[in-house]
Amino acid sequence: MSAADYWNIVLMQGFAGLSLFSVLLLMGLGLAIIFGQMGVINMAHGEFMTIGAYTIFLCSSLTQTYAPGFMPYYFVFAIIAAFVFAFVFGWLSEWALIRHLYRRPLDTLLATWGLSLGMQQVFRSTFGAKEVSPTVPDWLLGSWTPHEGLDIPINGMFVMGLTLLVTGLVFLMLYRSRWGLRVRATVANRTMANAIGINTRKTDRMTFAIGCGIAGVAGAAFTTIGSTGPTSGSLYIVDAFLVVTFGGAASLLGTVASAFGIAQTQSVSEFFLTGSMARVLTLLLIISILMIRPQGLFAVKVRR
Amino acid sequence: MTRRKNPATPASESEVLSPESLARRRLAMGLAAAPLAAAIPGLSFAADHPTAKVNTTGLAITDKEVTVGQLHSATGTMAISETGSIQAERLAIEQINAMGGVLGRQIKIIQEDGQSDWPTFAEKAKKLLVNDKVAAVFGCWTSASRKAVLPVFEKENGMLYYPTFYEGLEQSKNVIYTGQEATQQILYGLDWVAKEKGAKSFFLIGSDYIWPRTSNKIARKHIENFQKSKVVGEEYYPLGHTNFNSLINKIKIAKPDCVYAIVVGGSNVAFYKQMKAAGITADKQLLLTISVTEDELLGIGGENCNGFYACMKYFQSLDNPNNKKFVEAFKAKYGPKSVIGDVTQAAYLGPWLWKATVEKAGSFDIDKVAAASPGIEFKGAPEGYVKIHENHHLWSKARIGQMQTDGQFKMIAESPNLIEPNPFPKGYQ
Amino acid sequence: MNRLRTWLTTSELAGIAVLALIIVVVFPLTLDAFRLNLVGKYLSYAFVAVGLVMLWGYAGVLSLGQGVFFGLGGYCMAMFLKLEASDPISTKIQSTPGIPDFMDWNQITAVPFWWEPFRHLPFALVAVLIVPTILAFIIGFAMFKRRVGGVYFAIITQAVALVVTVLIIGQQGYTGGVNGITDLKTMLGWDIRTDDARQTLYFVTCFLLIGTILLCRWVQRTKLGTLLLAMRDKEDRVRFSGYDVANFKVFVFCLAAMLCGVGGALFALQVGFMSASFVGIVPSIEMVIFAAVGGRMSLVGAVYGTLLVNFGKTYFSESFPEMWLFLMAALFIGVVMGFPDGLAGVYNDHIKPWLSGRRRARPVSGEPPALPVTGPASGAGWNPSVPRTLDKSGTAGHGVGAAPARLSGANP
Repeated sequence: MSAADYWNIVLMQGFAGLSLFSVLLLMGLGLAIIFGQMGVINMAHGEFMTIGAYTIFLCSSLTQTYAPGFMPYYFVFAIIAAFVFAFVFGWLSEWALIRHLYRRPLDTLLATWGLSLGMQQVFRSTFGAKEVSPTVPDWLLGSWTPHEGLDIPINGMFVMGLTLLVTGLVFLMLYRSRWGLRVRATVANRTMANAIGINTRKTDRMTFAIGCGIAGVAGAAFTTIGSTGPTSGSLYIVDAFLVVTFGGAASLLGTVASAFGIAQTQSVSEFFLTGSMARVLTLLLIISILMIRPQGLFAVKVRR
Repeated sequence: MTRRKNPATPASESEVLSPESLARRRLAMGLAAAPLAAAIPGLSFAADHPTAKVNTTGLAITDKEVTVGQLHSATGTMAISETGSIQAERLAIEQINAMGGVLGRQIKIIQEDGQSDWPTFAEKAKKLLVNDKVAAVFGCWTSASRKAVLPVFEKENGMLYYPTFYEGLEQSKNVIYTGQEATQQILYGLDWVAKEKGAKSFFLIGSDYIWPRTSNKIARKHIENFQKSKVVGEEYYPLGHTNFNSLINKIKIAKPDCVYAIVVGGSNVAFYKQMKAAGITADKQLLLTISVTEDELLGIGGENCNGFYACMKYFQSLDNPNNKKFVEAFKAKYGPKSVIGDVTQAAYLGPWLWKATVEKAGSFDIDKVAAASPGIEFKGAPEGYVKIHENHHLWSKARIGQMQTDGQFKMIAESPNLIEPNPFPKGYQ
Repeated sequence: MNRLRTWLTTSELAGIAVLALIIVVVFPLTLDAFRLNLVGKYLSYAFVAVGLVMLWGYAGVLSLGQGVFFGLGGYCMAMFLKLEASDPISTKIQSTPGIPDFMDWNQITAVPFWWEPFRHLPFALVAVLIVPTILAFIIGFAMFKRRVGGVYFAIITQAVALVVTVLIIGQQGYTGGVNGITDLKTMLGWDIRTDDARQTLYFVTCFLLIGTILLCRWVQRTKLGTLLLAMRDKEDRVRFSGYDVANFKVFVFCLAAMLCGVGGALFALQVGFMSASFVGIVPSIEMVIFAAVGGRMSLVGAVYGTLLVNFGKTYFSESFPEMWLFLMAALFIGVVMGFPDGLAGVYNDHIKPWLSGRRRARPVSGEPPALPVTGPASGAGWNPSVPRTLDKSGTAGHGVGAAPARLSGANP
């Protein structure tokens, strides 16, 4: 192999790490908002992602049947639809379930676990037990080849771009919008926020729904790199939790940092070790760091 | 317990039977032998086969009905794969019932859900055998679930028809393996890529559990010792792994002639989508897999893997009268969009083989069915003619298919003869 | 008997006696061998649920990694049984006879050194207790000393469960991987697969379980138990009173882990195999649900909860194979939303007042029906230790007055 070949591999491996980073960040983001800002453990996060994935599937089948000419563009609209569906469903579940449980955070875990079981069965009954494959537009397939031997995955770039966009929007909303102000006030001191006229219940519902909506977007984006089936969500949920825990709850910056750290560790160790060993190594590293710093990388200082 | 030299001898059972049940069994065998077995093949009216005679061990059989069990995951992660098997077995049983059933008895199914959880499989298997006293069980998919139920079947003396291609290293009086064991699937495929495509170096990839590991072990021995070629990489990823970019870069460094992939489940989809995105397509890279059937293509999407090869014994596109009839019946029952993979077809064979065996034995008794199994033929098999070997596996052909954009396979090559099943291959362990 | 009275009220004693009656007498008389074995399996999960009552209900620490300890206990037992099942004669078809079959499949030619001690039953039995406890100690020490608790602790234990699962599955040459350790046959020559053996094991499980409940009850009654409750409700005050809160938490966590280990070992014996599917996140959460359904404050309730959920799961999945997940989902959500104190709450709120109401009404039959009475005070007629109960619910949120307990499941 020539030096150029090595250089290509280094570039592609670097991209692989970044692409894993954006995947982890995107799947962790919705969870981080819900868990970090509200203290609610949403075990159905993976299923909200699956909602997004099936939305893409629905849109692609519908477009293919009724407007084949629209195929190259449908994906963008489908992602928005995925957000809307997951958002609405999140809103409804908050209204029906979560709001009754705010004072019992550990119980939200059990309730959302039940919710996830039910949702899985709904997917299975509606779309069948087998996996489906949404037809992704041609421009999302294949790789971008700037020169011979260097292949940059287009879907990877797409996910990365989307992650940047979503993360940017979340930061903007959280730190530059009324809703963000209210959320931060509620996190800081719920009673006081209530006292000065912030409708914390409404804020909570909005936060939960937005978190679910982002999960939907993540699920939609992952149809380009992963599977779509009734239990696809369970493939991601664990990683999402690890990212959020490791980053330190209540800190979006922590989520970003931890996604980056985990992605780089995993991707580099995968390259030099076998896949299973790399996974074990990454997890052991996470656990030992959590043993030393149980509050995660970036913890908000709270007197305990 | 798992391996018996000769599965037909019921003698070695005493170790698992309590003295009482042994005595009962001896008595039962005496009873069965006494009124000279007048089982005339071809005639299958219940009247010719009084229940007392065809059922001497207390199975759930009446003059009109025989009960069988069906044990697959209808929920959980494995439901994706096992649904096809459930459907195929139901179809076969329906067809058999329409033809008059088995020994004049209609087949009644008790379906249990293994929930993608091995202990649950063991629990449900025991329920089917002990509580429901089913005459046969069609079920299991993963090796892990089979390993979990095997001791139950051996202890309670049941009959399992297992549909999946698997790693071999197992043989039991109580199981009929209607899928291929590892050598039947692997060797032909490897020889084909070596001969037709000139592959000299291989990169082995697998999900991290026993089937891919054992299969790759056999593949490696075959490549190194028999083909005198090279294995340039061997990699395993945890089940459910969804990120393969680092692996793909390793493939690019190793530049193998052939990638040999045994990735399963949700990982499968991620693997092929990411391969495609990284520019590894069929025009640049030869890839042979033994873990992608039409069912998996449904999830992967034909556009993500067209041109790659798979070695199976059955493809939905096989051009023979049996298969045409089977595909038609399947689509009529489960909708025009349904697809049939290798395992689905193997699952379809189960009830038919059981029917033929029972009719040959003239009895539903497990011991007699087990003893009568070797040599049973099924000429109506969609894959073509199959026959049960002494070791309870099937003689079957191997075929190479090329993945197409529409989610089907195009058959490229097929072994000239039926391949003998050899679950304990010499020189490969 | 008098000493027993000092830490068990009559009603508690009655509760345990009823449970004992049901599992030791009623089930064996009414169920066939297969169903009895199933109940035995469920009861081995009940150890975990009882441990969770101590850990979650009493100490306010929720662990989502109890499956790890259950699995470790089970593996310790399974390793012993597997070595015994892999004698050279029954494994003669392998390329290396005399080693467990899965090692042979993974090209391992000798039993690894850390398997060797498991050839001895006493070592295996001690390991069943000690191995989970040590791991729990390490985790608990690291976490509680740094004052990690609540939701955070739950998630970290979840991560531990994940790591252990991946480790076990990845090292399949030494652990059996996804398949687990299967085909366990005998213990010291005693065939554990026969109906007789299973029945014996069932009774062993029952007695150990009742012993466990008594032990936990005793712990609750000691000063330690009181401190745990106090700590759960106002951790800072306990700390300011000069107690090292972390040590108590570590202790309870280790106790719960040890109970899990016992349950796991009994599971391996009764079911005849052990696999990584118990170690993961899903079974760990399911075990929490057992405790939640039973009522997280009630030791006896935890056993009923375990039985109810598992019977439900078995019954639903046998009767409605297509729909059973919906029913399970409804059960979980329903319990959390409608009956936060689980079965024990239902009993305390509805059945107990009704029972004691009847009792009081019966002797004076001429009187109008007893007024609708609520709360522990209603037990006056039949519960001789009312003042204690009252006192307890007043200070510690036990029984009916468990509302404050619920609010403080996690750290603020």
